Amino acid sequence: MNVLNFAHSFFSDSAHWHGYDGIPTRFAEHLRYSLEALLIAAAIGLPVGLLTGHTGRGGNALALLATAGRALPSFGLLVLMFLWIGFGLLPVMIPLVVLAVPPILVTAYEAVRSVDPSPVDAARGMGMSETRVLLQVELPVALPLVLSGLRTAAIQIVSTATIAAYVSLGGLGRYIIDGLYQRNYDKVVGGATLTAALALATLGLFWAAARLTVSPGVRRNG
Amino acid sequence: MSGFFDLPSDLQHSYLGLVGLHLREALLPVLAGLLLSLPVAQLCVRFRWMYPPVLGITTVLYAIPSLAFFVVLIDYFGQSETTVMIPLALYSLVVLVPAIVDGVRSVPPETLAAAQAMGFGAVRRYLQIQLPIAVPAIIAGLRVATVSSISLVSVGMLIGNQGALGNMLYDAQTYHRPALAVNSVVTIAVLGILADGVLVLLRLLLTPWMPRKGATR
Repeated sequence: MNVLNFAHSFFSDSAHWHGYDGIPTRFAEHLRYSLEALLIAAAIGLPVGLLTGHTGRGGNALALLATAGRALPSFGLLVLMFLWIGFGLLPVMIPLVVLAVPPILVTAYEAVRSVDPSPVDAARGMGMSETRVLLQVELPVALPLVLSGLRTAAIQIVSTATIAAYVSLGGLGRYIIDGLYQRNYDKVVGGATLTAALALATLGLFWAAARLTVSPGVRRNG
Repeated sequence: MSGFFDLPSDLQHSYLGLVGLHLREALLPVLAGLLLSLPVAQLCVRFRWMYPPVLGITTVLYAIPSLAFFVVLIDYFGQSETTVMIPLALYSLVVLVPAIVDGVRSVPPETLAAAQAMGFGAVRRYLQIQLPIAVPAIIAGLRVATVSSISLVSVGMLIGNQGALGNMLYDAQTYHRPALAVNSVVTIAVLGILADGVLVLLRLLLTPWMPRKGATR
């Protein structure tokens, strides 16, 4: 198959494995952008999602906000920010964060909302403070869903971070953009393969995280 | 200074022309995705073992960045609308298949038993019982798929200016007119929100039996 040939000639070319434009450098850049964007998005989305889920208020506003966030085109936002702010990491981070906050926010909200109310009431009856109810009862039960929201966000970030190359930054998108302009399909397929591999590794990482952090009792019910 | 909706002539479209083009490039793939995912989801409901592998394959497809997808397809379909629309259709499958499977599975067994007792065959039971009850779940999936599709079309700009409203981004850079980029981003966002509203309306029309209050998700 065509695509396999492209991938093979990309990965077997030793020039791609070291130096400024080498795979390790580009991979590290991509990982860095993705991690930073995910951390910022989680720092915004998780607390807001958990709190609104706990109080049960603001669900409609949240849904509206999430739709608006999804509707904003990442690529268009990137070009716009680049024109306004200029070269740098900020114009890349803004669209990635806007992309990632909605799934984190909405699933965190839904996850806490869908927790069985009887253990929550029991916890309150035992005299737990609201903070402890949220952190020790609702969060552990909601964790599988909360993690799935984070996972969706992470995968979208990893595959969208490729557009950073369009505004002259590095990352795995560099191969795709350069390959497009140079009509060098080896590079495009190579970059796509690496990005997809990173996304799959992310999937695996979240699976492992869920195995490790979700309490066995919750897992049995889910 | 030219007006906000006056576009440079190299875009070869009026503002409304680009809007129409954008909607076509974004919505046809979702429609194709829906038509494709209905039978796939039905197979997954019928044969339970099929669901995990189908989910796995679609997730892998989803992990491929749209940009890379577009570029690889150039080799087969040239710099055309088809090249933009195929990945979008595949992406919508990722959202729609689980939505439909969950929706169809959420039909209570008593309801199915009642349908069978009334002499409904498999086809009629699917079309008249399972599908209508699954409508809220399907529409929820369609909302996500449609809104993302509308925003993703803009990346098509990179492959021979096939990004409809996204093409304005290129001109925004070349002529250094940030207003064009603002126009592009805002129009795409508004189209997404409008399409979302239409789907919510559609759900209300298709499920008259559902409680109106607190049902908005």
